[in-house]
This record gives sequence, C-alpha cells and structure tokens, in this order.
Amino acid sequence: MPDSVVVYRKRRNIELLMLLLAAGVGLACYTALHLNMSGALPANLPLVAAIWLILPVVLNIMVRWWLPYADPVFLPVVIALHGFGLVMIHRIDLINDPVTHDAERQLLWAVLGIMLFIMVLVLLRDHRPLQGFTYSLFLAGMGLMLLPLLPFIGTEIYGARIWISVGPFSFQPAEVAKVVLTLAFASYLVEKRDVLALAGKRILGIDLPRARDLGPILLMWAASLIVLVFQKDLGTSLLFFGLFVVMLYVSTERPGWAILGALLFIGGALAVYFMAEAGVDQFSHITRRFSSWLDPFSDFDGNRQVINAQFGLAWGGLLGTGLGMGRPGLTTFAKSDMIAAAIGEELGIVGLLAVIVLYGVIVARGLRTALAAKDDFGKLLAAGLSFTFALQVFIIIGGVTRLLPLTGLTTPFMSQGGSSLIANWVIIALLMVVSHHARKPVAVATSADLAGDTTQIVSRTSS
Amino acid sequence: MNVPIRRIAVVAMIMFLALLINVTQVAVFQAPGLNAHPMNRRARDAEFAQDRGPIFAGGQPIAESVQVDSRFAYQRTYPHGALYAPVTGYFSYDHASVGLEAAYTEELAGTASSLFVRRMVDMVTGRKPQGASVETTIVPSAQQLAAEQLGNRKGAVVALDADTGAVLAMVTHPSYDPNLIAGHDIAVADENYRQLADDPARPMANRAAREIYPPGSVFKLVTAAAALENGMEPGTEVDSPETMTLPNTNTQLGNSTNCGGTRVSIDKALQTSCNTAFANIGLELGDDALREQAAKFGVGSEPLPDLDAVASRFPDEVDDAQLAMSAIGQYEVATSPLQMAMIAAGIANDGVVMEPYVVNAVRAPNLQPLYTHQPREMPRAMTTQNARALQDMMVNVVEVGTGTNAQLSGVRVGGKTGTAQSAPERPPYAWFVAFGELDGRTVAVAVFIEEADIPRNDIAGGRLAAPIARALIQELLL
Repeated sequence: MPDSVVVYRKRRNIELLMLLLAAGVGLACYTALHLNMSGALPANLPLVAAIWLILPVVLNIMVRWWLPYADPVFLPVVIALHGFGLVMIHRIDLINDPVTHDAERQLLWAVLGIMLFIMVLVLLRDHRPLQGFTYSLFLAGMGLMLLPLLPFIGTEIYGARIWISVGPFSFQPAEVAKVVLTLAFASYLVEKRDVLALAGKRILGIDLPRARDLGPILLMWAASLIVLVFQKDLGTSLLFFGLFVVMLYVSTERPGWAILGALLFIGGALAVYFMAEAGVDQFSHITRRFSSWLDPFSDFDGNRQVINAQFGLAWGGLLGTGLGMGRPGLTTFAKSDMIAAAIGEELGIVGLLAVIVLYGVIVARGLRTALAAKDDFGKLLAAGLSFTFALQVFIIIGGVTRLLPLTGLTTPFMSQGGSSLIANWVIIALLMVVSHHARKPVAVATSADLAGDTTQIVSRTSS
Repeated sequence: MNVPIRRIAVVAMIMFLALLINVTQVAVFQAPGLNAHPMNRRARDAEFAQDRGPIFAGGQPIAESVQVDSRFAYQRTYPHGALYAPVTGYFSYDHASVGLEAAYTEELAGTASSLFVRRMVDMVTGRKPQGASVETTIVPSAQQLAAEQLGNRKGAVVALDADTGAVLAMVTHPSYDPNLIAGHDIAVADENYRQLADDPARPMANRAAREIYPPGSVFKLVTAAAALENGMEPGTEVDSPETMTLPNTNTQLGNSTNCGGTRVSIDKALQTSCNTAFANIGLELGDDALREQAAKFGVGSEPLPDLDAVASRFPDEVDDAQLAMSAIGQYEVATSPLQMAMIAAGIANDGVVMEPYVVNAVRAPNLQPLYTHQPREMPRAMTTQNARALQDMMVNVVEVGTGTNAQLSGVRVGGKTGTAQSAPERPPYAWFVAFGELDGRTVAVAVFIEEADIPRNDIAGGRLAAPIARALIQELLL
C-alpha cells in the first residue's frame, strides 16, 4: 500500500483559460493576416471570433461534465494548432484568384471532429470495454489500411495510392486505420503479452522471442510491406509498423522485439530500395523520394516541392516574413503536406519551433497518461496513440525540413483534409478518456492495515 | 510496463529534438545559401520588386525606379534608353544584371552592409526600405555629343579626365535600350533579350570597355614612350625605309604614308605614323621593353572593375617579326578604347595614369554620402620629362601630322591616328587618341570606329575619327 494517494486536481478552469488563450492566438493570427494583406480588418471577424471562442467553451463544458479529471493540457494545445492550421489554409486560399474556400471547409471538418470528440466522451466514457473487440477491430483496421488497393474506389494521387474516393468525396482511410489498429493491438497484446514475453534464444545479450510467437509480427510486417509496395507510401508503412513494434515492446518489455522489428523493417525497405534502384518500375516513386532528399538540386524541376519548401524556410528566416507577407503559395501542397514549410516561412523558424514544441507537449502528456494509467490496456493504448502521433509528426515535419525523405503524411490538426482531422480528434478523445480514468481518485477501501501498525515487543516471561 | 514507456518517451524526445535542431540548422547554416540560389523565386521576385535607388549623371537620373501597379511594385526605367546603356547596364528578372546595376546592386537595393543601420530603423518604423543612389562621373552633354558624333557608325568613344581618371563619356554603338529587358512582362523581356543577344551587330557588347581590338598605329604611342624611357630622344633618328623585310621571314612591311625620308627622327615618325621606323624602334628596344611600358599604362590588368572592363593585351612571347608588328599595334596586340584613353591620359598627366572610375559617390536616401571616390594614381608610367616630350610629339601630330583634323583653336591638343586591320577581307578599324589641355584641365579621348569604310591609311583614320575627338574636347574644355 502506498504511503499516500495522489489526488489529481481537475483544473478545468485553468483549461478554460488556456483554451481561450489558444483560441485568442488563432484569432490574432487571422486578424494580423488580413491587416497585412489588405490593410483592413476581416469583414467576418465577429462571426469567426464567435465560432472560434464558442467551440472551446463547449469543449470545456463537455469535458467538465463527462471527463472532469482528464488532463487539462490536451485541448488548449489542439486548439492552438488548429488555429495555426486554419489561418495558414485561409492564407493560401487568399492567393488564389478567385479566392478559394478550403479554410471554411476545414472549419466544418473541425466542427465535425469536435462533435465526434464529444460523441466519444458521451458514448464511451470508459476505454476498457473496447478491449473486447480485438479481432473485429483488427480486421476493420486491416481492411481500412488496405482499402485504397481496391479497384474503382482506390485512387492513386501523385504517385501514392492512399486515397479512396466515392463520388465527390475522397478519404484517406489510413488515418482512421491508425486509431482502429492501435485499439486492436492494445487489446491483443494485453491478452498475449505473457506468451510473447517468453524468451527464446539469447544472441549478443538480447533475448530474442520464440520462433513460434513470430506470427503476428510477420503478419504486420507483410501488411506494412504491402502498403509500401502497392500503395507506394513509405510514411504510412513506417507509421503502422513502428506503431506495432513499439506496442509489442511496451507490452512485453523485451527490447528483442523492438530490435527484431526495426531490422525487419529496414531489411524490407532496403530490399525495396535496391529493387527500385535496379529499375523495377513499381518503386520508381521511392527512388525519386530518396534522391530528392539527399540531393534535391540535382533535379530542380523534379524536386521543385522539396526545394521550394527549403527556399520558404530560408526566406522566413528567424522571425518569418509575417502572416500574408511571404510566398508560401510557391510550394505545391502548401495547405496539406507542406503546411509546416508555410508556417516556417511566414511565422519564421521561431513559429515552426513553437509548433513542434506544441506537438511535443501533446506527446509528453500522452505518455504521461500512459505512465499514470492504472490498467494495462489503458497504458498500452495511451502509449501507442502517443507514439504514433510523435512518429507521424516526426516523419512529416522531418520530411518537409529535409531531415528525412518526404512522404505524404498529414500534419496533425493543421494539414487540410478531413480524414486526418477526424482521426486525430478521436485520438485526443481516447487519450483524455484514459487520462480521466488514470487521474480520477479511486475509492480506497480502508482496510485495517496491520502491517503498518507498530509492532509491540512483548517480553516473554519465563515460566 | 512503465520502464519501456519511459524508454519510448526518450525516443520520442530524441525525435523532437532532432526536428528542432534540424529546423534551426536550416535557418542558421543553409538560409544564406538558399536565399542566394539563382532559382529561388522568392529572393529574385523580392529583389526585382525593390525600390532601388537612382543612378545619376550630372544630377539627372539615368536609371530610376518608378512605382507601378504591377506585381513587382517598382519598375526600373532608363530615361535615356540606349545612351547610357554601357554605363548603367540593365536590371532584369531572368537575365540578372550588368553594368553599374550589377556592381552596385547591394547599395541600390539597400541591402549593403553600409546601409545596415538605416535598414534597422526602417524595420522598426515600418518605412519601406529604399536604396542608395549612385552618382556617376559621366557628363551628360559630352555623352550626348559623343553619341551624336559617332552617329550610325559601329564603334566606341571614351573620354577621361586625365587629372583624376573620371570617365566623362562612354559611348558604344550599336547600343540597346535597357528598358526592353527590365520590363515587368517577363515573357516580353525574355523575347527582347533573346533578340538583342542574337543580333549579329551585337548591340549588348560594350565596345568601349569590354571588347579589345587591334590598336594599329595608336599603339605607336606606347612604342614611342618606351623609346623615350629607354634613353632615346624625340630627335633620335631611326631607319625608315619605304619597305622592310621582317626578320627571318619574306613578309614585306610597307608604309601607308610618306615618312619624310629613309631616316627620320622619332618625332617625325610619329607625325607621319611611319610603320618601318616604329618597327625598327621595336626591334631595337626588344619585346620586354615594349611589354613593360604597355603594362605601366595598364595593359594586362583589368581597369574599371565597376563596369567589368576587360584587360588589354600585349603578346607574351614574340619572335622578331612579331615584335616588329607588335610595335606598330598589329599582330596579337589588342586594346580597348578605354585602355587607349588611359594611355593618352597618362601621357597628358605628365606620366601618371589615374585609375579610371565611373562612380563619384554613393549616397544614402537622406543624401548622406556612404562612399566618395578619391582619385588614385597608378604606378608612374613615364618620367615627367619624357611625358612632356611625348605630349609635344603628339601636339605635332595634330599641328602638322596625320591628325590635323583635331585642331582646336585655343586648346593644346595632342593626338595620334590609327588604322588597324583585323582581317584582310574586313574593313579596317579607325582610331584616334587625343588629349586636350586648357587652363590646367586635361581630358583624354579615345575614338574607335569598327568597320570604317575608308582607305587603309592613317590620314583616312584621322579624317574619320579625329573630328569626333575634337568635338568632345571642345565640349568638355570650352
């Protein structure tokens, strides 16, 4: 029995204050953008301000009601990132002639995401029941992940087949698959961790798993390679496999799994790379990504996007050109894949660093939730969700800034696109549900604690 | 499970740290290179849309930025079009810039380090940054006159202030209108540029400073200077046969004029532009003496870096026949009109060539000078005494020799005519190099006419080019 029980404070008022501050930052950006571009306040400022201030208040009320003990930091950070993203999409809308309205659509998606967030809060309230659907969740996740490969609805856009389109709507199912698979893995691994943790051979001081337990990891490996080869998307493939390997490691506490997984992935990726080098047409996309990463200036026209993102970052310099004063439109996909470059250009390196740190805060709070969670499923779920979030931010921002080869992942809460936004709101909802249960004070049964009682030494009397 | 969670937290931390460090290193180490990259449209567009400072000649703008309603806010205009093109150059979107626009681009754009404080003030006060202005030494009336005098003939005219080295006029023909290339309609500007670049008349070539031609007889000034510096006197007599056979060859060198005898003084030989006499002087002095004298006048080094002028040339190794031809400005000797004007200026300035310059001052937008040119001497080319003797010889050329067309009453004018051949089938080049002196002011002029349709003799060259020099000296001194 611990000496003291930590009772977390709810801190909902602080959350409201931070939420309003975060929303205020977004509104300030919106105002500054219009002042810079047209010298006048935006005509719809009152409406935008009303929407953007009401949403956080609604969120705060809902959380107060349903998850009073949830971590208060998540939502303000999300709202701040959301604000930057919307302003930047709007800013790029304004370049077009006639002006496009992607920001309005994105705001609509945000409202939908928030509604979904509230639904998770209201309907789920507790993550533990999800543990019962291991295999259906797994099948659903796999299905979503491989959906773009289906004929007719799967669409290849700019070399990667990660979209499905039905009528006028297009959707990136991988974003949703990410959440569903994390749930499936968490419940599967909680169940099987003891078996998987049994050590097999010990090589170079590392306990390798038993050969008969390799089934699941090989299955995931195969699925990732299918994504890599047929959807031609290194980022998504890396994301799924990384997610699985990390959760495997967390649940079994055996680094052997992580090392084996990393080796498998690197091996697979290298094999694909060499096949691509050897001229297998299927992989030409990937070689191009690599050469544009290592030496973009060797093919200026082919690597225009990466190069322009670099030019944008350099042009922004330390403090940025100011919102509306840069040329982010010169970079293709400045609204979606390359939004980090647009932020870097107009808000400067300082602004981009701030955004990265905001993502870091979400990851830190998520992992903290995992540490604090009282049940294994919650721990694993929170750790998995936080780590994929971190991995995704790392892959896409790393790609945009040329730390890694560029792959088409979305920048959470900022990139244009509904599927990503909705999936990320669900991730935040799940993390907050877990965190609510982790921080909620438990009714401690006050049993008589004999061990703590002072022991009396009773001297024996001789008979 | 907390131990692995803590470990993956460390991994996540490393990933974020890597992002932060990478973004920072892009800003710190790569940004300057990326911003200077020629394909960087952001930098190029911003530079093109700058409110650049004006370039002045005699108080009037010869290049200025005018606010316009286009995506590049400011249009660079050249009020006098082609007239000042060899000086201003052009400022274009796709074809970079040349001339003073290139040499002073940082000052004109306001990005030079000398304008740093002002830029900071502009940033704080929100005032639009403005570039510095560049004041040239060009005298508009002389520039205008030189262009009119040269007319439709291919060639160049350079006038220098012999006392300071200031470039007073620099005209080249055919020229081009820089406005054509500086336009905001980039497709049109590109097309104009292509047409100018493809034009066989090469209008964008700066014939005054960036092209070199065989100088022919005007180079005899250098040979004469070398002769005086090596102990000969104006009265020293040299063999001047009607024709001579160049050493170790069968080539005959003849005179295009009457030398006045088969043995004449150097003074007389210069007046009559006697080929055989100067070939003999050259043979007697040796190629080292000629090369050294030429180098003292600036041949072999690049004058006037502001306009990217090219170096004139005296061949490195010659045999005797080539030496004889080099002494009369043929074979591989090649000079720019600017270089020839420098030689005349050096002689007129008693043996010291002043470094030529075209920018007098650079001023911040508040007119405070950021840079003012101080005249600089090049190492002495001749002794004062020899220079004065050579001046007198040049005056004689104008008084009684081949250059009588340059006579100007009231002004002490000295000169030297020249015709030079580049190829037997092409018309000869006509040259006239002169100085004029009045009340302690001295100007030097070089006139060069390419493809002059004239007989191949010096009197003809003098007839064509000397009047231009005379008109210019008159304009500048009277």
